[in-house]
Amino acid sequence: MRLYALAVYLFLYLPIAVIALFSFNAGRHASQFTGFSVQWYGKALSNPFVMEALWTSFVVALSSALIASVFGTMAALALQGVRGRVRAVADALIYVAVMVPGIVIGIATLIALVTLFGWINPLLARLAPEGQAPQLSMGYGSLIAAHALFSMALVIIILRARLAGMDRSLMEASADLYAPPFATFRQVTLPLIFPGILAGFLLSFTFSFDDFIIAFFVAGSETTLPIYVFSSIRRGVTPEINAIGTMVLAVSLLLLVAAQIILRSGARRGES
Amino acid sequence: MQRRLSTWLLLAPAGVWFAVMLVLPLCFVLVFSFGEREAAGGYVPAFTLEQYANLPTRGKAFLNTLILAPLGTLLSLLIAYPLAYFLAMRANPKWRTMLLILVIVPFWTSILIRSYAWIFILGGQGLPALIEWLGFGEVRLINTPFAVLTGIVYGYLPLMVLPVYVSLERLDKRLLEASADLGAPPLQGFLQVTLPLSLPGVATGCMLVFILLMGEFLIPAMLGGGKVFFIGNALVDLFLQSRNWAFGAAVAVTLVLIMLVTDTLYMWLMRRLGGAREDVSLM
Repeated sequence: MRLYALAVYLFLYLPIAVIALFSFNAGRHASQFTGFSVQWYGKALSNPFVMEALWTSFVVALSSALIASVFGTMAALALQGVRGRVRAVADALIYVAVMVPGIVIGIATLIALVTLFGWINPLLARLAPEGQAPQLSMGYGSLIAAHALFSMALVIIILRARLAGMDRSLMEASADLYAPPFATFRQVTLPLIFPGILAGFLLSFTFSFDDFIIAFFVAGSETTLPIYVFSSIRRGVTPEINAIGTMVLAVSLLLLVAAQIILRSGARRGES
Repeated sequence: MQRRLSTWLLLAPAGVWFAVMLVLPLCFVLVFSFGEREAAGGYVPAFTLEQYANLPTRGKAFLNTLILAPLGTLLSLLIAYPLAYFLAMRANPKWRTMLLILVIVPFWTSILIRSYAWIFILGGQGLPALIEWLGFGEVRLINTPFAVLTGIVYGYLPLMVLPVYVSLERLDKRLLEASADLGAPPLQGFLQVTLPLSLPGVATGCMLVFILLMGEFLIPAMLGGGKVFFIGNALVDLFLQSRNWAFGAAVAVTLVLIMLVTDTLYMWLMRRLGGAREDVSLM
């Protein structure tokens, strides 16, 4: 039994370890390790395409995670006191956002936005003076908006679980002591749910940073890091991809560990 | 009254976001699926069922998905169940949480990089080169159904382990003691007590994995090399290469419909099994 578990853990982690190991390989081939070198990391980090894709991914992940955390928190707080039809609609929308495959979300967003832009752009052109009309197109905006949607659903789910497990008497006590609603929120509710918000933010960032399929459809002329990696794999396996992959995995692992620690320590404080 | 207003104000941004970025786009897909293709690629408004009649031209993608997704789900279950059993019943409680986190963590890291790891391992310079060097002759692993299934199991195993673990962990251990006290051998105890009681977790895990596999693109694209392709790959081809939006929309609607049907069937089955749906959180 124990041996079996060990085998499964090896299966889960060995491929990742192989990538990490061979990112330090001096030679090009997977079949032999010819010596230790960090040259592929140097190559990756001095490649302007990699750096530009990394920057795009970072901006999109940060913006979408921020938007999702703020709006998602607001929605989760509001949904606490909502029952009936509004609640049912909200639940259905969150369920759909999480369950519809990313590829369908990506396609739907692509055709909807391209069509909408096709309607709006001529209007803008008519409003603005000759040749100065802003043109809407797919890019940073559509990437951030699409990622923020999924992340918002994620934040709402995490926060609802937290709010459900929270001691309501604290908020009632604060209200009984004549604290205005906003003061109660700032001094009681927010500190209690903050770990949840932070964990939601980190998970959202990780999701956006790692997402390939939605970005593939809505990125327009922009290239995120996963899109860059995908297209370079198509051109052939290189040790440079091993180095980029190792760095990407390291970033997500760090964020995940942080999110876990925050959620767990927060849960303990919430119980006491 | 003031409370109601503040509720609506708090809900407004998320509400608008879901309306514009989720409901509206899904409606667009539905409308487009009844449309026609523009000669240069793109979409012409129309109301025709022609796109749905054309679905059989992509039959291979549907067939592959409908064979490999259930097969991948089953394989994941067969590998995940003993591990979940070990974690819930046999593992040292001190290490249990840590071991569980170790299973889930890979799921939250880039599936792209994790699939790439298998290209690297199964590709010509990896395992096959090693096997040839050992004298077992030439083998091809990459771009086969085997490679795609490996990638699937590798990618979705964590999602299967978790719900099975949760239902096994909640199981009342006294039932097993009672079964043993009444003289049932361990295997019989497992088959008559543990297995039936873990079925809700099994069903949840299978459902989650199956749903995600139905929309899979990356794993077949990376490990199937154009030979083993899913509906997701057909969709990418239709939207980004041949720009046949109307037909692509019809394929997407059909995909969502298949998922809805399976989901409803699952809910019905769960009610028959008598188990309430487990709430499984991934964090």
